[in-house]
Amino acid sequence: MPDTDKLPSKVYGWLDERLGLTEIVALAGHKRVPEHKHSFWYYWGGITLFFFIVMCFTGVLLLLYYRPGEEAYESVRMITYEIHFGWLIRSTHSWAANLMVASAFVHMFSTYFMKAYRKPREFLWWSGLGLLSLAMLFGFSGYLLPMDELAFFATKVGLAIPGTIPVVGPWISDLVRGGPEISAYTISRFFALHVVILPALFIPLLMFHLALVQKHGMSIPESEEAKPESERKSIPFFPNFAMKDLAMWLIALNVLALLAAVFPWSLGPAADPLKPAPADIHPEWYFMTSFQILKIFGAWFPGAVGEFLGLASFNLGVVLWAIVPLFDPTSKSGKWGVRATYFGMFMLAAILVTTIWGYAVLPATP
Amino acid sequence: MSDESRQNPEQPESDDSRRTFLKVAAGALGACYAGGIGYPVYRYLASPVEKAESVAAVNEVTVPDATSIPRNAALMFKFGTKPAMLIHHEDDTWTAVSAVCTHLGCTAGYDPQEKRIFCPCHNGVYDAKTGANVSGPPPKPLDRFNVEIVEGKAVVSRA
Repeated sequence: MPDTDKLPSKVYGWLDERLGLTEIVALAGHKRVPEHKHSFWYYWGGITLFFFIVMCFTGVLLLLYYRPGEEAYESVRMITYEIHFGWLIRSTHSWAANLMVASAFVHMFSTYFMKAYRKPREFLWWSGLGLLSLAMLFGFSGYLLPMDELAFFATKVGLAIPGTIPVVGPWISDLVRGGPEISAYTISRFFALHVVILPALFIPLLMFHLALVQKHGMSIPESEEAKPESERKSIPFFPNFAMKDLAMWLIALNVLALLAAVFPWSLGPAADPLKPAPADIHPEWYFMTSFQILKIFGAWFPGAVGEFLGLASFNLGVVLWAIVPLFDPTSKSGKWGVRATYFGMFMLAAILVTTIWGYAVLPATP
Repeated sequence: MSDESRQNPEQPESDDSRRTFLKVAAGALGACYAGGIGYPVYRYLASPVEKAESVAAVNEVTVPDATSIPRNAALMFKFGTKPAMLIHHEDDTWTAVSAVCTHLGCTAGYDPQEKRIFCPCHNGVYDAKTGANVSGPPPKPLDRFNVEIVEGKAVVSRA
């Protein structure tokens, strides 16, 4: 079919012989995506991926002017106020980080309630949880880098949490901080974590996650599974689903651009270890649940007991969440499927309540 | 194009103009996005260049304590962003020239033994009084500045 006399088809033929392009194109042509009333949730993994790509792009741009160590605050001040559009690049990076974690949460809960973690997709669930954990570590390490007042105290509080682990806790905290106090060493450590170690872990895990999606295809909810195969609808991945995906990316880009430009990320005064913490000190919203659970248990059971119970109940929730593919493995066992759904609702409610609660009591905390 | 669509009963001819319109509209929208992202990124990347340009756009530099330079010696200083040298000759005259070798941009220096300007990268030699290229690879003389000694300071300006 291809006109072999023309240069483009000659180039294509040359590449095809060596790379097997036709096979890839044929594979993409055969791939189909199920379509049903819950299809909307299929886009959230892609949206999360889009924000991750934006993070990489803006992150590299920030890397051009950011200087870790003693000059960290000054370099971020320069990026924000002196470099053309530096405020916009930084604001986009910060907003994309928040939107990425938010869309990852939407993706996680939608796959949970669609029971996409069931056989044979257990490793999609676990690699997804791994990616979310790494994303939160990205957020925690990135938050310190500007070294303004809020960054300093949020990190101080954040690093005090592993410090409450019996026996090894203080040792871990000191090692992560590079000393008993947050200093230039801490910034350098967090910087290495943020731009080298975490990407080196995140990108291969992301590839694994995406490869598994290719292998198993999209999971379908129980309501669809109940239908005979002939009644299930699907659309071609290319171009139909890809175009819809692209449209979602465009919406995500517009929302991101609007937020970044209209609500630019602020830079507080430089961190001063001798100044009392600002009254509204709080972690990023995605750490609010763990922060608030520790606070609640601390208020109910003063001292080490409260700390232990807070950490224990939080970790119990996380572990149960992670092993859900084991106690709800197939669609046939109805009892455990219902229990898993209730557990999901409880977790969603717990996250929402503790987060809102955490923000509601903020001004009262000195 | 129109021949093909006429042959195909599923594609009436009016579809052609609609498709063209959609293609142009999508292209224009794409160009808007590319510009909207590209412009801030370009300005962001170009910031240090613009800053350096404003620093480089000087016409006069004052070198303090010029008279403390001994005879047959030179002081390196920055004229804008680029290195330059102020030479105090044996006969108490002054020369200010750019220190950027005209060959490949190395920084040249004053050689008090031979009383010449020497660039060690490729053995370029310039005349210490005029900055003229004497031997070696340099293709043209060093940029020369005017020097005026005022109250112990040297006021160096573009010639």
